[in-house]
Amino acid sequence: MNKTKITSRLKYLVIFGWLFFIIAPYLWMFITSLKPPAEIYTKTINYWPNNPSIESYLSLLKTTPFIRYFLNSLLVAVGTTVIALIASVTAAFVFSRLPFRGSRGLLSGMLVSQMVPAILLAIPLFLIFNKLSFVNSIVKLILAHSTYAIPFATWTMTGFINEIPRSIDEAAAIDGASPLQIFWHVLLPLIIPGVVGVATYIFIFSWKEFLYALTLTSRTVDRTLPIGLHTFMGEYTIRWDLLTSAGVITVIPVILIFVLGQKYLIAGLTAGSTKG
Amino acid sequence: MPNASEFIGLKNYIELFLNKDFYTALYRSIVWVISCVSFQLIAGLIGALIMDQNFKGRGLVRGISLVPWATPSVLVALMWAWLLDGNYGVINDLLQKLGLIRHYIPWLAQGSTALPSVILANIWQGTPFFAVMLLASLQSIPEELYEAAKIDSANSWQIFWYIKLPFLLPTILITSMLRIMWTANYMDLIYIMTGGGPGSSSMILPVYSYIKAYKKLEMGQGAAVAIIQVVLLLIVVLWYLRLLKKRGRDF
Repeated sequence: MNKTKITSRLKYLVIFGWLFFIIAPYLWMFITSLKPPAEIYTKTINYWPNNPSIESYLSLLKTTPFIRYFLNSLLVAVGTTVIALIASVTAAFVFSRLPFRGSRGLLSGMLVSQMVPAILLAIPLFLIFNKLSFVNSIVKLILAHSTYAIPFATWTMTGFINEIPRSIDEAAAIDGASPLQIFWHVLLPLIIPGVVGVATYIFIFSWKEFLYALTLTSRTVDRTLPIGLHTFMGEYTIRWDLLTSAGVITVIPVILIFVLGQKYLIAGLTAGSTKG
Repeated sequence: MPNASEFIGLKNYIELFLNKDFYTALYRSIVWVISCVSFQLIAGLIGALIMDQNFKGRGLVRGISLVPWATPSVLVALMWAWLLDGNYGVINDLLQKLGLIRHYIPWLAQGSTALPSVILANIWQGTPFFAVMLLASLQSIPEELYEAAKIDSANSWQIFWYIKLPFLLPTILITSMLRIMWTANYMDLIYIMTGGGPGSSSMILPVYSYIKAYKKLEMGQGAAVAIIQVVLLLIVVLWYLRLLKKRGRDF
């Protein structure tokens, strides 16, 4: 074997090591979820189930409100994404193309929300929502998540719109297009990749959000997946069959989102950092 | 229900400053932030250099690297609690097979190992994201630089030290900065895995704030802890900005 072949093998070994570092915990969760409960609690650990079965998944769906949690999470994440996108894309248009007195300061202020501990925002939100007891919990959560998602999304979207040369809108304006038409027919189509990236980011943020969901939902029927999983960890400490199968189902949408939005997400996330 | 209506001036802060628990939580917060971010930086840099190689399926590997970041922290906590389980945990089994430990260790249930264990879980969760950020910056290094280095017959260590690292520095600084803030405010993992315990062995400021506000229903005290943390973080940010100014406008 020559030297280049050895280095190439070594390279793939290192890459495999990196992948294993990332995947191992998921893999172990998946393997555990395939074990029948009796096989999970054995003195010697089986690295692959003797009798793989989907028993854990069936009892998860039958005996726990897992589906409810899943649907709640989906509802909150979709609701947050829609609201935050509408608000941020329109706001970004104004910040970029129709600046007003103090708009720069306002835009910088949007970054401050990234610095503040979520707990500091959760306390006043909790106190405000307590007074609005008639509002549905899912709606409360969508609003709470939007308060975080909108500033971030506005900041990022403004960056995307700023990158589009002004000469393009000027050309459209000469042709008699109104600001609204320029926004809708000229700018929006150009920033679609950015919008997809930001949408993916917001969806993931809302899907995994824990603190607001913990403080703003109290009834079982209102819980989202993270809160559902958290209560599972308290209620079924010794039911790792239920916990691991619930975990596997929770991670599926994350992977789906990545298959769909990965390219745009990475472009959006790293756009700011490389310009530093 | 808490009825936060009376104005009491700085009483909440004075009470905190007289409380020993507050200082313990502050100390553990500092340990938590420094060890998490520095290990994430080192491991993330290694990961970025690995992914910067030319190989088949690089896009896929990069995509997979973002999955831990997108995984709900509850799930990260759950997976690691299971890996570290004191009775049936696979980490105990592996360590025992390797002869490194004699008996299973209840990693999360004993004071001396609880904080290091949650730090380990956080390093795992944060490293791949760090790597993807650094990778983006690595890939924007102009090809000419490498070619010039090749002509000067630089070895790969010299290329790393004189080309890649200086080029990465701005990204390293800004990403670490954001990470420091994020990690300092991040309570989910510890809250779920240990609740700050056993005792207060893994108590950090945001968890302390949460427990004050929602478990003891002292909303004012909880908010005071969070405000102090904002002030401390602000100091870090200002220090960072000064550093940027000192280095001039080269990045």
